[in-house]
Amino acid sequence: MSLEVVDVSGLVTIQDSGRKGWRRFGVPTSGPMDAFAFRAANKLAGNPNECAVIEIGLSDATFQIMQDCVTAVAGVGYKLSIYIWEFPLWSSFFVRAGWKIRFNKTDDGMWAYLAVSGGIQTHPILGSRSTYLRGAFGGFEGRQLQAGDVIKTVSLSHSSPEIAARTLPEEARPVYTQNQTINVIMGPQANYLTDESIQTFLSSEYSISLTSDRMGYRLEGPALTHRDKTELISEGMTFGAIQVPSNGQPIVIMADGPSTGGYPKIGAVASADLPLLAQCVPNQSRIRFRETTVTKAQEKYRAVFEGLQKIVPDE
Amino acid sequence: MTFKPKIVPLGDSAVLVQFGDEIELATNQRVRALANLIDVSSTSEIIETVPAYATLLVHYDPLILSYAQIKNYLLVKMAQVADNQARKPRRIEVPVRYGGESGDDLESVARHCQLQMEDVIRIHSEKIYTVFMMGFTPGFPYMGKLDDAIITPRLKTPRTRVPAGTVAIAGSQTGIYPIDSPGGWQLIGWTPLQLFSPESESPFLFSPGDEVKFIVEK
Repeated sequence: MSLEVVDVSGLVTIQDSGRKGWRRFGVPTSGPMDAFAFRAANKLAGNPNECAVIEIGLSDATFQIMQDCVTAVAGVGYKLSIYIWEFPLWSSFFVRAGWKIRFNKTDDGMWAYLAVSGGIQTHPILGSRSTYLRGAFGGFEGRQLQAGDVIKTVSLSHSSPEIAARTLPEEARPVYTQNQTINVIMGPQANYLTDESIQTFLSSEYSISLTSDRMGYRLEGPALTHRDKTELISEGMTFGAIQVPSNGQPIVIMADGPSTGGYPKIGAVASADLPLLAQCVPNQSRIRFRETTVTKAQEKYRAVFEGLQKIVPDE
Repeated sequence: MTFKPKIVPLGDSAVLVQFGDEIELATNQRVRALANLIDVSSTSEIIETVPAYATLLVHYDPLILSYAQIKNYLLVKMAQVADNQARKPRRIEVPVRYGGESGDDLESVARHCQLQMEDVIRIHSEKIYTVFMMGFTPGFPYMGKLDDAIITPRLKTPRTRVPAGTVAIAGSQTGIYPIDSPGGWQLIGWTPLQLFSPESESPFLFSPGDEVKFIVEK
């Protein structure tokens, strides 16, 4: 059982829920840029949360399904067509052998996820199928997908068309917009920056630089000023950590970002808001940051993911 | 001096335990002792720990644990930890070809330290280093501390590509690039050892806490 990559012009990789347990050796988790859409795609396809899917980013992509199966697509920034019809995202579909699934880029988002019932079956590295581009391992030969690649999927003993044609209602999705307010838990090194800079960060508009990638989103906007030291001795980092290097332009660490770093971290993006930030388009989106508490951030995160669980129950 | 560790959040899915803010072996041993204690007693609620020079980052799942719960858990563990809980270190010998094409900065390091190149090689290879932490790229060991005589700042402009196996120094640290990557450290030599083998049973040559001795290869 397989699917074939017919055509790609963007950044298309295989990702599962991420590579866990190796950060102490310097291995980033990788995994999806938008963990909500990733999980929704797997749920709609009837898969466990950690299953490998195809992440489509930045531009158009076309795939051909080689056997009848259930697929699901979730994400933002694409128009989806299957065979000869247009379909909405955030839905599951029963697809016939030979049909093509096309993703055409629109300007309201960045990443979409194509899940195939049973999951993508590439060879796991360090316990995960996620692609880590800089390390050139994981996923499909450690690289972006190219036209002609044939990706193995699992052979399901029974086909289950009854899970097709399900949609995640709009009210169960976070509000993706290109004019976004992102919640941030401040610290642990906010005190490396002047009080004035903290105020600037929390009251100004930022955009995302075109040099951003799966490792980090570089913010463009008013520069922040360090009080004194611009570096600390290296320590652990996380997806969402906001570092401020010596030039004062903050960088948000994303899925492929390093596991450790030596620039002061002014704070970290709330987990529930990471998908919203990930879907912001470089040079177009306008982003503001708002301070929140750990407790509030965790409540929101649980509400978002538990909402998903209720609406699309496990098979 | 013992610094009372502080627990602070890094976002809503990680907490940082801060033991100090200097590169000191004693501080680093306390970090690793806590990491080891958590690893042996850990449940699925804790995803993983990342020991660094003077801090331990603990990644957890906020769908299972609240911040208050992880903080309490860590306070209990910190009360149980003994400073000698760090594992007995392994000793790893690393053959190095100093200088030449892969050790492009050996000459400028010698000039900066007002030493002969032979002295830099002797001083760098004499000491036994500790792997304080790993990070940057898969398998990169941050080792130290260098003898004061060869402390050299990092490059003003990083190189866009440093080959795998390159031995380098920066500040009071020394390291080895496990994969081809950009790099801002001073390159002084090269080792044929493979630091990262993704398909192997034990994918990493080093672990935090290992002791390392460089052996001069002619």
